[in-house]
Amino acid sequence: MIRVVLPQHLRTLAKIDGEVELNVSGPVTLCSVLDTLENRYPVLCGTMRDHATGQRRAFIRFFACSEDVSHESPDAPLPDAVASGAEPLLIIAAIAGG
Amino acid sequence: MSKVRVLVGTSKGAFILTADGKRKNWDVSGPFFRGWEIYHMKGSPADPNRVYASQSSGWFGQVIQRSSDGGKTWETPGGGVTTSPQGMPRGESNRFVYDTSAETGKPLTTHQWYDGTQHPWEFKRVWHLEPSPRDPDTVYAGVEDAALFRSTDGGHTWRELAGLRGHGTGPQWQPGAGGMCLHTIILDPDNPNRIFVAISAAGAFRTDDGGKTWKPINRGLKSPYLPDPNAEVGYCVHHIAMHPSRPDVLFMQLHNGGGALRSDNAGDLWHEVRGNLPTDFGFPIDVHAHEPNTVYIIPIDGEAGRVPPEGKLRVYRSRSGGNEWEPLTQGLPQSHCYVNVLRDAMSVDSLEPCGVYFGTTGGQVYASSDGGDTWAPIVRDLPKVLSVEAQALP
Repeated sequence: MIRVVLPQHLRTLAKIDGEVELNVSGPVTLCSVLDTLENRYPVLCGTMRDHATGQRRAFIRFFACSEDVSHESPDAPLPDAVASGAEPLLIIAAIAGG
Repeated sequence: MSKVRVLVGTSKGAFILTADGKRKNWDVSGPFFRGWEIYHMKGSPADPNRVYASQSSGWFGQVIQRSSDGGKTWETPGGGVTTSPQGMPRGESNRFVYDTSAETGKPLTTHQWYDGTQHPWEFKRVWHLEPSPRDPDTVYAGVEDAALFRSTDGGHTWRELAGLRGHGTGPQWQPGAGGMCLHTIILDPDNPNRIFVAISAAGAFRTDDGGKTWKPINRGLKSPYLPDPNAEVGYCVHHIAMHPSRPDVLFMQLHNGGGALRSDNAGDLWHEVRGNLPTDFGFPIDVHAHEPNTVYIIPIDGEAGRVPPEGKLRVYRSRSGGNEWEPLTQGLPQSHCYVNVLRDAMSVDSLEPCGVYFGTTGGQVYASSDGGDTWAPIVRDLPKVLSVEAQALP
């Protein structure tokens, strides 16, 4: 079971309380986790990755086991602790003002 | 007794203001979509319970919201779990992807950038949603970077009317400081094949074949920002308004260079009707619901900071279709007022007498229930107001 923590605005949008738990089939990568997340909550499509290009939106970051994996290949395996559910994948909205 | 609903989009969420026909006592609900920018909300003329909202954020992008109960509850169309044949999620309702298909002629994919080079079209947000006057499930979206999309399934899916962006002038279109946005959509109430749009800073365009082909309608416009006085495109049109009883007569607020303009032939030729207006700059323009020759403008100092001239917030009204304008000040601040009123932040209702509404960048929403003679704030301290849409309800 993969655990994912979303920023507040996306939790509100998807009507989620607390963490999300996902069953990810196949290798646990950033891409497979996001695909599974968007499949469960289609309203999140386009909010983390650009609809047209699939690229990470500029002010979204992905943290795993205290590491910023935003610039890693989306097809690279996530750490074992995330794959086992011991640690959550954190989806972060970058600091910005206004 | 009839009621009125005023939909207010702000930089931090949406608000819905409602009153009975007297329009003296208002209920305020919201914020909806708290913390998100709501560039525009509008109810369907065919079914006032159907309301569309553009919800966006610099972090999370574009979301389309829809209500089927007049704004009490909201849904993201198609937000339920659906899967395409390839197994990937859809979430199509938020998907605005420019058409590059061969079927539509592979429209141009670059426009002019600030440095004179060509730059790819990149979707940023929906500025304006225009529901069809006939079908609650048909709605048009004007987006940045400038393009027009249409949904015929209540916002579930969107398809670009690519003939506009594919117009031969496309490579000359350029963004203003506020971005290259399609902000005005006017659907001809008598002719479903005729649509007017306006783009900053490309100008006004018209289709007479339901969106397949478009022509620029900028003759008569002036711009101090263009070296060619007869340029076909490149004009920073701020807003256009039409009275439904006279779809060939259009009123325009232009960015400098004439300010207020009028066309009597569906945009084929424009002429200035600025008359005695104190400035040639402003953003919104609207037409009285029952008097096609009565027009409202809120002049702003253009080059001098984009604030009301002399610190006085004044709506100007022409009862003669332009040229002769009277300032309307009763109930509006006449000293130390330095707010702006954005292009989609003025609206009229169709009650009798006509109600007029506008919202400011300072968070006030002012209402007049007597055609503009007197004004009072409905609310004073909302976030920056981006859009105001009034609609009479049965």
